[in-house]
Order: sequence, then C-alpha cells, then structure tokens
Amino acid sequence: MSEKNWPLYEVFLRSRAGLDHKHAGSVHALDAETALEAARDLYTRRQEGISIWVVKSNHVHASDPVDNPSLFEPADDKIYRHPTFYDIPDEVGKM
Amino acid sequence: MYGDTSIQKPMKIAKSGSPEEAELERNFQAKIDADIKIEANDWMPEAYRKTLVRQMSQHAHSEIVGMQPEGTWVTRAPSLRRKVILLAKVQDEGGHGMYIYSGAETLGTSRETMLDDLRTGKAKYSSIFNYPALSWADMGTIGWLVDGAAITNQVALARCSYGPYSRAMVRICKEESFHQRQGYELLITLSKGTQEQKDMLQESVNRLWWPSLMMFGPCDDDSPHSAQSMKWKIKRKSNDTLRQEFVDASVGQAKFLGITLPDPDLKWNEKRGHYDFGEIDWAEFYDVIKGNGPCNRERVNNVIKAHEDGAWVRTAAEAYAEKHAAKEDAA
Repeated sequence: MSEKNWPLYEVFLRSRAGLDHKHAGSVHALDAETALEAARDLYTRRQEGISIWVVKSNHVHASDPVDNPSLFEPADDKIYRHPTFYDIPDEVGKM
Repeated sequence: MYGDTSIQKPMKIAKSGSPEEAELERNFQAKIDADIKIEANDWMPEAYRKTLVRQMSQHAHSEIVGMQPEGTWVTRAPSLRRKVILLAKVQDEGGHGMYIYSGAETLGTSRETMLDDLRTGKAKYSSIFNYPALSWADMGTIGWLVDGAAITNQVALARCSYGPYSRAMVRICKEESFHQRQGYELLITLSKGTQEQKDMLQESVNRLWWPSLMMFGPCDDDSPHSAQSMKWKIKRKSNDTLRQEFVDASVGQAKFLGITLPDPDLKWNEKRGHYDFGEIDWAEFYDVIKGNGPCNRERVNNVIKAHEDGAWVRTAAEAYAEKHAAKEDAA
C-alpha cells in the first residue's frame, strides 16, 4: 500500500511585523501553493504567524558539522570584535 | 523527498566497529553529557537513531489515533461552546502528530514508512487509546487525566537531547495546557450538576484512572531500554518518577471535584513526601499492548479506512501537480 513520498518543504514563519522569518518545521506537498496551505493549517492555528515562507528542503544547503572547527572556532579568540573589549571612562557617557 | 537534503543527511559516516566510530561515539556522548543538543545532520550512533525513530513514530501515532475516542463525541457535544472546543482539540492532536512526524523524518525514515507501520500493526501507539470513550464525562476525564499524564511525560521530553524532538515537544506542551484545562473545566461543570452528572463523572474517572497510570509505561525494573535512553538523555526521568509526579498532582485535583480515585491503597506517605498507590494491573497493560484491548482493531481499521478513502484526493492532487509542472516546462 506504500505510495510515493511527496516533496518535503521547510516552513518559516514571521510571527510579528518587524521580525525575521524563523524555521517552524516541515510539510509534504506537491507544489508550493499547497505547501503554503498545509503550513498555514499546521503551524498557524494560534496566531503564530503573519507571513509564511516555504522552500523545498533539497534547495537548502547546509554546512557540514564536521567543518565546525574550521568555520566557527576562528571567531572564538577575537574578543576585540566586541564593544565590551574596550575600556571607556564613565565620564565620557554612553557610547 | 527525504534523504536528498543536506540539512538532514548526516555527512560523517564511519565503519561499524572502527576506531574512528569509537571516537565519534565518545564525542557524541560528551556532547550529551554537556547538554548540547544533537541535530539532524550531526553524527549519532545508529542505535540512538533507531530508538528515536521508534519512540517518535509511536508518539506521533498516539496523537493520530488519539483523535478517535474524542472524535466520536464532536457531533454529540451538549453545546456549541463545547463543540468548538472539542473540534479545536481534536485538530490539535492531528497537528501534534504532524509536528512529531516532521521531527522523526529528520532521522531518515519517511513519513509514509512510519504510517505504513501503523496501518500494518508493526508500530505501536499508546495503549490508552484502545479504551472507548463511553460517556460525555470522558471528554473531561481524557483532558484532565490522559492529557495530564501526556503533559507530565512531554514536559520531560521537551528537554530531550534530540533537537527536533525537543522543539516539537515545546510547541506541543504549550498547546496541551489548553487540552487539560478545558477537560478539567468540563468536569467542574459536571461536579456542580445533577446527581446523574456527578455519577457520570465518578464513573468516568473510575474507568480511566488506571489506564492513565499505565500511560507511563512499565515499572522501572521491567523497562529494559530505560537505562540507555536516560544515558542518551532521550528520557530525562524514569517511568516511575513521572507516574509518581502525576499521582501527586492528581489527588488534590480529584478532591476539588468532590470525587474519589478508585484506589483503596492511595494515601499520603509522610516519610516519602509522596502518595503511595496500589499495584497496577500489568497483565491488563500487556494484554492491551498485544492487541487485545477493547478497541485495538477498530482504531487501526479507522486509520486504514481514512487512508483508503483519501486515495482519490491524493491521486487528483498528483494529477493536478503533474499537469501544472508540464505547463510550466512548456512555458
């Protein structure tokens, strides 16, 4: 009784005006139009979104966790990139 | 289709039994111990993956089958208010199933495979849904006790080590709170009603109390996979710990409703700081799991029927999508 799997779409929701879209989950659908409808039914039953993006899962390209050290560790020792690295006297005021 | 996406596919693969695999496994456990979540494309032991697929698909199936006992009461709700609440709740159960299937699919098992396993009886679901909902009071008791037990379990699962499962649980817990409250509110209404309504309430609780306690699964001593699941932090609290939490929370709530819980051994234990309670009928528990509960066959048959009755919709949708894809290609 097994049937073919319908394409998988990742679902992103903007919860309020002014905020970014955020990943919510995924739905199966045959095209973008029905993917949007399914995402609306499934992920916005309680005012969770005012805008939906769907994108075919196989169109998302992800970094490989194996590469994490070379990709992300170089940022670990660059504390001078953060404002708190610099001592500014209080009398200067807010900066 | 699953499997061709880099957000889900684990990229690092090591030969089974190799030193490389042993190191990956050490790193994996170190992450778990440090409370770092595991995500879909991270390396994980095959047994971890299998355990999660089994547990998550069973959980999702429970939500889907769980729509049935309450679904039968939608047309018989006593007021429009109760009817829209019940409809929303049943719809939520369907949604919860979908959230969890979506999370489980990230482990490399397709939704169709999981649903096939439900239809063929290969996969299990929570045994509580093999009991019938016989009276309107059951709509309240299911919310209070069955969803209450589910929440106790799911709050712990929201802290589980697998990211997609944990996130689905956070979402579900927020929605389940409505389920339990609407049920308890319904029971409060009955508790203030006629003698007949009060009797209906007590009878319902008498019937569903023990099956609700069984929802936490076998005793810790008889739960062979628990230790590994705890080590992997798929499980954060043991079956008996969660069951005790549930009993402790329920006693006061039952008292408020002016009803008794059907357990002569239920009493406060000052020394333990918990309620003691009687022995669960484990023979019944295993019998229902084996398929001999009052509704096992009916539940699965309904799932199969819904799938078969929907075949024409899927065929039509596929034909429509093909036609439009062809048009786009031509344009």
